[in-house]
Amino acid sequence: MAKFFSITIVLIAIFSAIPILRHTWVAPEDISTHGALIDEQMSETMAEAGISFLAAQFILALFIWKFSNRGPDAKIKSFPGGAKGLVIAALLVVGVEVMALGVFGVKAWANVYLDAPSANAMPIQVQAGQFAFYFRYPGPDGKFGGLHPELINEGSQNIFGLDPEHDVDARDDIVAAEMAIPVNKEVHLLMHAKDVGHSFFVRELRVQQDFVPGLDVSLHFTATKVGKYEIVCTQLCGLGHYNMKAYLEVMSQQDFDNWLKQQAGQ
Amino acid sequence: MHDMSVQAAHHAPPTSFIRKHIFSQDHKVIGKQYYALALFAAIVGMFLSWLMRIHLAWNNAAIPGLQLLSSSGAPGGVMTPEYYLQLMTMHGTIMVFFVLTTAPFAAFGNFFLPIQVGAEDMPFPRFNMMSFWVTFVAFLVLMASFFVGDGPTLGGWTQYAPLNSIGAVGGPGQGTGVVLWAISIALFCVGQLLGSLNFIPTTLDLRVKGMSLMRLPLSAWAWFITSCMGLTAFAVLMPACILVILDHVAGTSFFVASNLVLNDQVLPHSGGSTLLWQHLFWFFGHPEVYIAIVPGIGIVSHVLITNMRRPMLSARVLIYSMGALAVLSYMVYGHHMFVSGMNPFSSLAFSFPTLVITIPSTVVVLIWTFSLYGSKLRINSASLFALGFISMFVSGGVSGFFLAQPSIDIMLHATYFVVGHFHLVMGVAAMFGIFAGTYFWFPKMAGRMMNETLGKLHFWLSFVGAYCIFMPFHYLGMAGNIRRYSTFTDDFLQPLIPVHRFITVAALITGAAQLIFLYNLIHSRYWGKPAPDNPWEATSLEWSTATPPPFDNFGGKHPVVYHDPYQYGVESSVGDYVMQTSPEQVKTEHDEK
Amino acid sequence: MRTKQTLIALMALLVFPALLFAGTISGKVVYTGTPAKQKPIDMSKEPSCAKQHATPVTVETVVAGPNNALENVVVYISSGAPDDGQVPSQAVTFEQKGCQYIPHVLPMHVNQELKVINSDQTSHNIHPLAKVNREWNKSQPPGTPPLSEKYDKAEFISVKCNVHPWMHGIFAVLNTNHYDLSKGGGEFKLPNLPPGKYTITAWHEDYGTQTADVTITGNETKDVNFTFKAKAY
Repeated sequence: MAKFFSITIVLIAIFSAIPILRHTWVAPEDISTHGALIDEQMSETMAEAGISFLAAQFILALFIWKFSNRGPDAKIKSFPGGAKGLVIAALLVVGVEVMALGVFGVKAWANVYLDAPSANAMPIQVQAGQFAFYFRYPGPDGKFGGLHPELINEGSQNIFGLDPEHDVDARDDIVAAEMAIPVNKEVHLLMHAKDVGHSFFVRELRVQQDFVPGLDVSLHFTATKVGKYEIVCTQLCGLGHYNMKAYLEVMSQQDFDNWLKQQAGQ
Repeated sequence: MHDMSVQAAHHAPPTSFIRKHIFSQDHKVIGKQYYALALFAAIVGMFLSWLMRIHLAWNNAAIPGLQLLSSSGAPGGVMTPEYYLQLMTMHGTIMVFFVLTTAPFAAFGNFFLPIQVGAEDMPFPRFNMMSFWVTFVAFLVLMASFFVGDGPTLGGWTQYAPLNSIGAVGGPGQGTGVVLWAISIALFCVGQLLGSLNFIPTTLDLRVKGMSLMRLPLSAWAWFITSCMGLTAFAVLMPACILVILDHVAGTSFFVASNLVLNDQVLPHSGGSTLLWQHLFWFFGHPEVYIAIVPGIGIVSHVLITNMRRPMLSARVLIYSMGALAVLSYMVYGHHMFVSGMNPFSSLAFSFPTLVITIPSTVVVLIWTFSLYGSKLRINSASLFALGFISMFVSGGVSGFFLAQPSIDIMLHATYFVVGHFHLVMGVAAMFGIFAGTYFWFPKMAGRMMNETLGKLHFWLSFVGAYCIFMPFHYLGMAGNIRRYSTFTDDFLQPLIPVHRFITVAALITGAAQLIFLYNLIHSRYWGKPAPDNPWEATSLEWSTATPPPFDNFGGKHPVVYHDPYQYGVESSVGDYVMQTSPEQVKTEHDEK
Repeated sequence: MRTKQTLIALMALLVFPALLFAGTISGKVVYTGTPAKQKPIDMSKEPSCAKQHATPVTVETVVAGPNNALENVVVYISSGAPDDGQVPSQAVTFEQKGCQYIPHVLPMHVNQELKVINSDQTSHNIHPLAKVNREWNKSQPPGTPPLSEKYDKAEFISVKCNVHPWMHGIFAVLNTNHYDLSKGGGEFKLPNLPPGKYTITAWHEDYGTQTADVTITGNETKDVNFTFKAKAY
């Protein structure tokens, strides 16, 4: 049975590695300007994790194979170097490896979360609420109208609680259920939650950020490829969490201008 | 060397049925009661997982009879989105608290820690009895939420704010369901604190003559370290739960910010902090997962050594590693909050200890694996599960490399990758630790042997089955499959549904295999072959006393300890081992003092 | 025998006038001013519904008809009706179709059976925001049987879908069976009214409530019109 166990461990390890090596299920193509470093971190970590995984499982299997069912006269042996050698190996190999990953990963993280958006990034506001995302563009006046939570009326589609009757800035604000952005233009996403925690995740853009009720949070990114992508909620927000998504349309500047005009006319 | 200057409270053996089997102060009975509770909870938790998996694979299918459990949750047997989340929340809560914290620590620890240190019982037997009954009531309160109002809470076992505090307006189960959850968990914390208050002095003060700290078995060290973690971790979760209850019933707003709107109405809360809950919860939550795994590390070490017929390359290093895991576990909790809106510098700060914690974990795996080298490994149900634990711990631990890095977490947070990671380490490895402990210690606890053939069959199906279930979770996560979705409606998720069907089939088969274990447990309890005192030729104190142990553990005698617990691979008068209580001096490589 | 015949004759005499003398109140509901533009609804997050509408549907808070007609106004006898309290045996139906509520406004009698149907391929979670009646919400996965509910107190209830925030409807739970919804030209009709003094109420979800007193003497048709002031925003 021991040998059978060893073989099973080896087979499981190999079968587990195959989909990774064959890239069967992978993240979609990166369409962001900051994602390359993230993908690189992922690849490096995968290589190191993969080697550690396979080595550990194979050695376990090998030792089970070799050291079970030994005769009664077999001698107990200790691995050369003993515990000391192993601790040093762990500190050096694993310790250095993980520290390196940590240090090199700082830049990948900082590019998204620690760098400020550029001054001419296009501001778009997004409000997350059970169970939809809505987006607001400031309109021709370039100003967002004030938010009045007590005026929110979903049935009449006053999603953001705008007060166009008294607030001039709000009158030209464009509210949409899809997010359209021009390609190759930095976007500054201003995020707030209407009710409970939600999260904004676009796989292709390599961004994920929670909405925090009570806080204004923001993200900035630049999309480099025209197309239609899905924004999904990743923070459990209630029964409709699975249904909470919006489409992100990355368009040419001209198409975007037309889209904005069309939305304004409605 | 330690004299027994502090004694367990002497109490005469009980005579009535109630005092013997129900309200018992005997740590052995309490241990078995905890085991029974964990077993029942595991059956419920597993059943819930079957319902979840069936719904994910065949979304609109009617599950016959489900409407009997909840007519609004499953009209005509078709599970509603909220019912899926409610079942999921209960699955997680039951498994983490009532199985993984209860069985490895409270069940085995209560039964064996006093015996392994040589004591008659724990120092505060009444507290100990209370700890079980409080935990039991906590379980009943949690179960009650299935049957009240609009059902259990749907917010996940993590119960994030403000969804946890705004009441029924947040969704089905968010009123009474949350309050019951919070009461249950607060009670659970009390039970665990009462337990820690016993475990710690048992280890420090009740050791018999000759039982120095370094002569404690690794399982005893594991329970001791775990009880220290429990003291601080549960002490934070309990008030956090009370604050949630206050937000529901006392008009406070600890976790609810101002100007939140639901159903076009501004909520009557102001000034609270969403992230405060996450800090409190994860300050508990991360040590909690180590509370779930460290006893397993101790049990697996103990079982492996007995079955390798040689000590570990260094028990000391294992003890220090478990200690390091415990200490570091408090410094890493923010890795659950990388994209939570907390200061991004904090995310970097938390990622470094998280990466560092891989080092003691690696040391543990290396010591285990390389102690196998040159050993005389015996293969039986207990050792198979112990070896399986190593494999699972490696697999689950390796995915931690990814999640520890904030930049990678951007892509993997809240995906099935995380779910795969924690299921491998907790749902499988920790469970394997429980199984290893069961197959190993059942003879001592029940006085009978379990059926080896069934044990091995249970192992094979569980080992292969668990990999079939949880390895694919990682692939799903890398493709972006979001967790806690009751239905996969997004375009990019459609191609992944066949993977889910495969997983569901594997889960149902593996789940059914657990019935073999249940049958073995029950059948052996009543009709198993009577067990000798030391069926495994083991050395620690539990094997030096009768099977099952008498009321005061050692039959009126106070054992004296002469050796460390892992004198294997020696030549003695009884074989290749010498028991801790044996005064026989043998030629040995190293004997801890 | 003779007593029985007398009784029948007496009853016929009582009922007969009611049948003979059946008056009607009818009229039109209109608005003055300019109503706010009813925005189109973007259902893109629910593609199975979005594709059912060639052009996007619009918000139905204010549904205006030709010649300043105001539709979806609930017009009903709020006092004086002789046969209030009779619960119709047949149910009223509220359908979730194309991620809209059909009809937008659903009047019903207190304790009358309400059937909620899900005709869509997505789950809906209907949530009537009752304040006087019991508040409840129920999920209906696609293909599950209709829900059956009823309300035991009169109330105008705002209905939303917890999953699709744009879905909005009204339950008008009334104490009377004498009601109508103003239609295409803003017209309504309340027939079968025996002679008496009546108060009729016109209720609009955004423009408020108006009442009028009407007396019916025989089987004439009394004309009553309501004019609501539109809101620009």
